[in-house]
Order: sequence, then C-alpha cells, then structure tokens
Amino acid sequence: MDMSQYLEVFIDESKEHLQTCNEQLLELEKNPQDLAIVNEIFRSAHTLKGMSATMGYEDLANLTHKMENVLDGIRNEKINVTTEILDVVFQAVDDLEAMVVSISNGGDGKRNVSEVVNMLMQIEKGESPTASPAKDEAAAYAAIERESGRIKNTYDEFELTVLQQSREQGFESYEVTVQIREDCLLKAVRVFMVFEVLEKAGEVIKTSPPVEKLEEEQFDREFMVTLITRESPEDIQLKVMKVSEVESVDCRMINPDLQESKAEAGRAEAAAETQTASPQTEISSVTKAAAPQTAKKENQSAKLTSSSNKTIRVNIERLDSLMNLFEELVIDRGRLEQISREVNNQELNETVERMSRISGDLQSIILNMRMVPVDTVFNRFPKMVRQLARDLKKNIHLEIIGAETELDRTVIDEIGDPLVHLLRNALDHGIEMPLVRKDKGKSEEGKVTLKAYHSGNYVFIEIEDDGAGMNREKILRKAVEKGIVSEQASEAMTDKQVYNLIFASGFSTADQISDISGRGVGLDVVRNTIESLGGAVSIDSREGKGSIFSIQLPLTLSIISVMLIEIQKEKYAIPLSSIIETAIIRKSDVLNAHSQKVIDFRGRVVPLVFLKEVFDVPEVLEDDEFYSLVIVRKGDKMAGLVVDRFIGQQEIVLKALGSYLHSAFAISGATILGDGQVALIIDCNALIK
Amino acid sequence: MADSAALSTASELKVIIFQLIDKEYALPVSEVRSIEKLQHITRVPKTPGFVKGVLNLRGVVTPIIDLRLRFGLEQQTYSESTRIIIAAAQDIEVGLIVDAANDVLDIQADSIEPQPEVAGSIDEEYIEGVVKIDKRLLILLNLEKVLNPEELNGLPGREG
Repeated sequence: MDMSQYLEVFIDESKEHLQTCNEQLLELEKNPQDLAIVNEIFRSAHTLKGMSATMGYEDLANLTHKMENVLDGIRNEKINVTTEILDVVFQAVDDLEAMVVSISNGGDGKRNVSEVVNMLMQIEKGESPTASPAKDEAAAYAAIERESGRIKNTYDEFELTVLQQSREQGFESYEVTVQIREDCLLKAVRVFMVFEVLEKAGEVIKTSPPVEKLEEEQFDREFMVTLITRESPEDIQLKVMKVSEVESVDCRMINPDLQESKAEAGRAEAAAETQTASPQTEISSVTKAAAPQTAKKENQSAKLTSSSNKTIRVNIERLDSLMNLFEELVIDRGRLEQISREVNNQELNETVERMSRISGDLQSIILNMRMVPVDTVFNRFPKMVRQLARDLKKNIHLEIIGAETELDRTVIDEIGDPLVHLLRNALDHGIEMPLVRKDKGKSEEGKVTLKAYHSGNYVFIEIEDDGAGMNREKILRKAVEKGIVSEQASEAMTDKQVYNLIFASGFSTADQISDISGRGVGLDVVRNTIESLGGAVSIDSREGKGSIFSIQLPLTLSIISVMLIEIQKEKYAIPLSSIIETAIIRKSDVLNAHSQKVIDFRGRVVPLVFLKEVFDVPEVLEDDEFYSLVIVRKGDKMAGLVVDRFIGQQEIVLKALGSYLHSAFAISGATILGDGQVALIIDCNALIK
Repeated sequence: MADSAALSTASELKVIIFQLIDKEYALPVSEVRSIEKLQHITRVPKTPGFVKGVLNLRGVVTPIIDLRLRFGLEQQTYSESTRIIIAAAQDIEVGLIVDAANDVLDIQADSIEPQPEVAGSIDEEYIEGVVKIDKRLLILLNLEKVLNPEELNGLPGREG
C-alpha cells in the first residue's frame, strides 16, 4: 500500500505527540506523583506507536513500545519516578525525534538505539538504568524500598499470569523475606545457599533486589524471593533457617488476584506510598514546582482550554494565496473608492463604503489566521534548558510568560535560532555556578525568565537572568582590544551603549570557550537576523544583578506602515519603523563636512543622503530653496534622506520584487498603490553605513 | 524543460511569434503566461539598462525586460503595437517588451535547425534554433538563457 500520501500527516502528528511527551515529562518531573500526567504521556506514546507501526517504521514503533512499557510501570506504581529514569525517557524521546526528523527528510527513520533500549528495559525490570550501578545507589534503592514499610515485590502481567496458573494447579505462592546477620562476611554465598534450598522446594520466579544485584552483594541485609511451591510456609522457613548466618525468615502467602486489583485500582494507597517515598527519590529538578496541588490545578485548566480549541490543518501555501487574492481585492477597493468619489452617486457611495468595511474585517481575520502563538517556538526551551543546566552543573529555573502571544508565521519561523542563542548565552555566561551564587548571597537556583508581550504594533520578547550581569570595564577593555571602539570614544559611552557593544561582530567576553556559546560569532548574527525581520534587539544589565535582552519584532511582515514620498516623479515608500521624524530645512542650513553634506539636527550631526542621486532619478522638477528630509535610523546611527515631497502615511501590502530582481540595491521590496502602480520600498539599513 | 521534451518527441510545438525590428522570434506557449498591453512600469534603480522596472500584474509585482536592449538592439519608443509577453522559466516570471506579438503557430519539432553559422546581432547562446516556414524564418529563443540571473548580476550596473 502506498503510504506516501499520509506521510505528511504522520510527520506532523508525530511531532505533536513528541512535543506533548516532552512537555508532560517536564511536568512529571515537577509533580512526580501526578499520575494524570503519566497517562497523558502514555496516550501520546501509544498513538505514536500505533501510527509508526502502521506506516512501517518498525524501529520507531519498537522504541516507543519500550518507552511505553516504562511509562506503564510508572503508571502502575511499579517504577518510581527519579531523575535518572526521566533522563532515559528524555533520551528516548530525543531519539524518537531524531527518527521523525530523518523520516521527514526522506530518510528511513532507522537509528541505533540499543543503548536507550537497554536502559529502558533495565528500568522496566526495576533496575537502576545506569550501565554500572554504584554500590551506594543500590543501598539507596534498598532504603527506599524499606521506607514504604517492607521490601515489596511488584509483578508484571507475565508474572501475575504465572502466579495465577500455578495457583490453579495447586501450587501456593509465597514471598520469602530473608534477613542475613549483620556480621555476615560473604553475603553472596549465603544468598546462593538460600537459593539452592528454595529451588529444591519449588520455583523462584522473582527476587528483589534482582538476582544480579544479589550476586554482586548490592543489597543491605534483607532480600525477598517469590517462590512457587507445594510445601507449607513453615517447612520453607525452617529449611532456609538451616543456612548459617541467616537471622530471620518471613514467609507470606500472596494472592495473585489481589495483586492485580491492587495494581489497577489501588491508586489512593499508592499515592500515599509514593508521597512518603518522594523525599527519597531525588528530583533535583530544573524547575521546582511550588505546591504540587496548585500545579495540578493549573494543569487541569490548561487541559480544558486546549481541548476546547477546535482546529483544522491548512497548508500555509493556501493561506498565502488567500492573502494574495485578498491583497488584490484591497487594491481594487482603493480604485472603487476613488471612482465612487468621482461619480458621487449616493447609492454607489453607500455600497462602496459597506464593502470597504467588510473587507476591513476580512483583512484582520486573514492576518490573524497567519498568526501563531510564540509557544510553538518556546515549547522546546524547557527541555533545552533542563539539559543545558545539567551539562553546566548549574541549578536553573526557566520561567515562561506570555507563550500565547501571537506573531506572524514568517517571523516565528525565523526567531527560533536567535532565541536559542540568547538563552544559551544567559545560561552559560549569565547564571553563575551554584556555589558562586551562594557566596554572593543569592539563591543557588538561578532564574531565567522568557517573556513575550504585545505593545502597539510590536511584539516584545525579553530574556532576563538574575546572573552575574555585565562588567562595563571588561567589555570596554575587550572592545578596545578588538578595535571595535577607540579608547577616547569609549569613555563617553553610556553603560547601555557599552553593553550593546557585545553585539558587534567578533566580540566574546567569556574567558573560556565552551561548546554551549561563546565563540563570538553568535551575537552579531542574532542582531542581524532580528534586524532583517524589521526588529531590533537591545540589552540592559546591572552588574551582579543580571541582564535583560529585549527583542522588538513587528507583528506581521506582510502588511506594514510606511511613509510614501516622492522623488521627482517617482513614488517610494519608507517603513515607519525606521523613521524618526520628518523635517524641512533651508538649503543654506546644510553644512559641509569634508565631502559629505550634513545638517545639525537637534544637536547631532546627521549626514544627508540625496535619494535622487542614489537612485539616479531622472530630473524633471525645478529646485526650490528647501530640502524635505526624512530622518531615519539604523541602530544608533542616523541619516537624513532628501526627498522632494511627502505624500503621507499608509498601510501597505509588502510584495517581493520577484525572484529575477531579488537583489536590487537599497530596495527591500515593493507594494501596489491604490492607482495600481508599483511603489518601491526603501531599505534604510542599506543607506546607512 | 518543456521545450526540449517536445523536441525529443518530434511532435508539434505550439509557439508564440513576436517581432523585434524586422526579425520574427518564437517562444513555446508552455513558457508564456499571458500577453499584455503596455502599462505603467515602475523603474527600479541600480539595475542593468535592459531591466525597465516592475509592473503590477494582477497583484503580482513582475520584473520587465526590454528584449531589444537585452539583445543589444537599438532602442525604440513604444507604440500601440508594443506588447509585454509574460513568460516564466523555472520559478522566474518576467515580462518581455517586444515590438509586436502577432501569431501563434504549430511548428514541427523536427523542422527546428541549429542556428546558421552567420548569426545576426544576437549572441547565439540565447537561440535554441531556427525554423523555416514558407518564407518566414523564426528564431526560437532559449528563455532560460535570456533570463540568466548570473548575467543580470554580472552586467555593469551603474554603481554610485
């Protein structure tokens, strides 16, 4: 059967399910006792398994299956949630993601996952997932087990079936708890002898801790064996006691039916149990939840809103062509309005006005359809921060605010990498090591806040850390060293100007280059990416208190506000985002700084750019004694663009020049005016050097 | 490309015939989107002289090339018969200004001959071949070569 037509849906949905897994795993780490979260992950994993098996991706299905088993164990209270176990599950999800990416890139989705699979299987069997478990870990294991009263054996489906069947055939099952004397020297030998006795009496189906651990003496003094036998418990007890250095033997009958029902329904009891056990299971979390109960409530409300959102999948190309068609409508609307003014017919006027209103509403809906919550970018950060914090051995809490803030899809697609870079930067250079923080009197846990919010026609994204902040002297020394600023200039700079020097290319203040950030190639790339989106990035910092990176982004890239101007008889548009103000000056006010014409503008020397010359506009108008200026900026630099006439401010639809002319000088695009003519949009960044 | 596929099957090829000065040129219809009358063209600064600018083609900003200038022929003021042929090669869509577009013809693919040794004023790389029908000689253009973007960038723009 040809599956290719479903492939796209499969990849999309797989990604969604994996994302859910990631998010919920992070939640689970915060609330290890919340089984609802485990169920959520389990459902996603299960769906994923089914889908990938149907699509014929056996490796994917296989790994998901293994992961599902572990989740099932957690769900049924057989496995306690620990950071180690979550690490393995996270790794499995990582591998799954890599497989899906490989499939979406046309690969076969195959990947060597034997290590993860092994670890998952170990967890499933109730062992510690690490390849070579340390002795103290095993001790801790035993300690946890005893904490809940006594050593407990839990059984999986297969074992339960065995217990049931043997019972039907007249065998009895016992949990034999053996305690060895404290002064025993060769515990493994005693264990071996106990096993020999028991195996003569019946069949051992399970031990706790597992046999391997017992053989390596990785247990305290007590271990438990599940035995199927026809002999009476008293006999077994006596026989085992014959082994020397055994202190006590306890024999309890087990009822497999009870076991099963307990596994399924005994949630209340189990929850209480894990609660007592949870202080032992070290969750050295990236994000420590405040009160688990409130977190739980938040969870539920989040779930409610997500289920009430009904959505359909629409190809982005269709949205684009809808947008294109609508833009044509807007242009025709402009013409119609002009005609109706000329004709001045009452009925025509009313109809046209009505149409304008409706198409206005339509415009906002279509623009909204292209808006995506920033969450689609933010959602991968918690996991990234968790991993990075562990790699860096730092204790970091990431707080995300305003993930529901919406941005145009095109912006969203571009903003991911710069944000990753800034976050890594904050984690690596911003937040100090826990000990350093303690010395400074801060809490050991560093805090990074990622915040998005609307303001006017812009969306702001801020990355704030409460780390070391920036050192003015250190930055200046480096900047002077690298020839980014001169020593004299540096003295006159404000703190903020100094901090923003780190965006200059070839700047890196980290004393050590780490593989996380700090090669000095990043921050200027970040700034360029953001500026190419029509945005801006700035930084503020207080030494010892932390830094804040602020990114300003336009709401949408497809409709922008511009100032229309005329140069001779040609119309051009200048984006409002780069305009500071307009001015009209006398020609006599123009000064000459060497070969450059400049003006004194509010105390600053601003160079003039004669667009007529830059764009080789054919001259048809006569000069008058005034210059019309549009003062534009690029970062901190300014320039005055000399034009001939201001037409006015307008919202325009941004169009590309077509692939044939993609690289025209100082032109960032084009737009279609109400009269059907094309006006070019001036790229101010290219005009300011 | 569509035209080379047609060539190999030795079937009929439908072409649009247009004029530059006294010569007749042909483009396969598969590469032609539409033929427009001359309308307002917005000049784009700092582009080679043969790029006349861009125009609004039903909401799509389309670059316009003056084929006469592209081929190094003398410039001529546009007249009533001047047409813009909207053509597309791969993902590039452009308008070509020609003196007149007057015919659609079916030509036999196997009647296309390589360009004769003595070429006209046009650099021969733009020419796919020539076709002789009755007493007319049609020059079949290679649109991709005409639109070669490398040449667009390589041509001396007026730097300033």
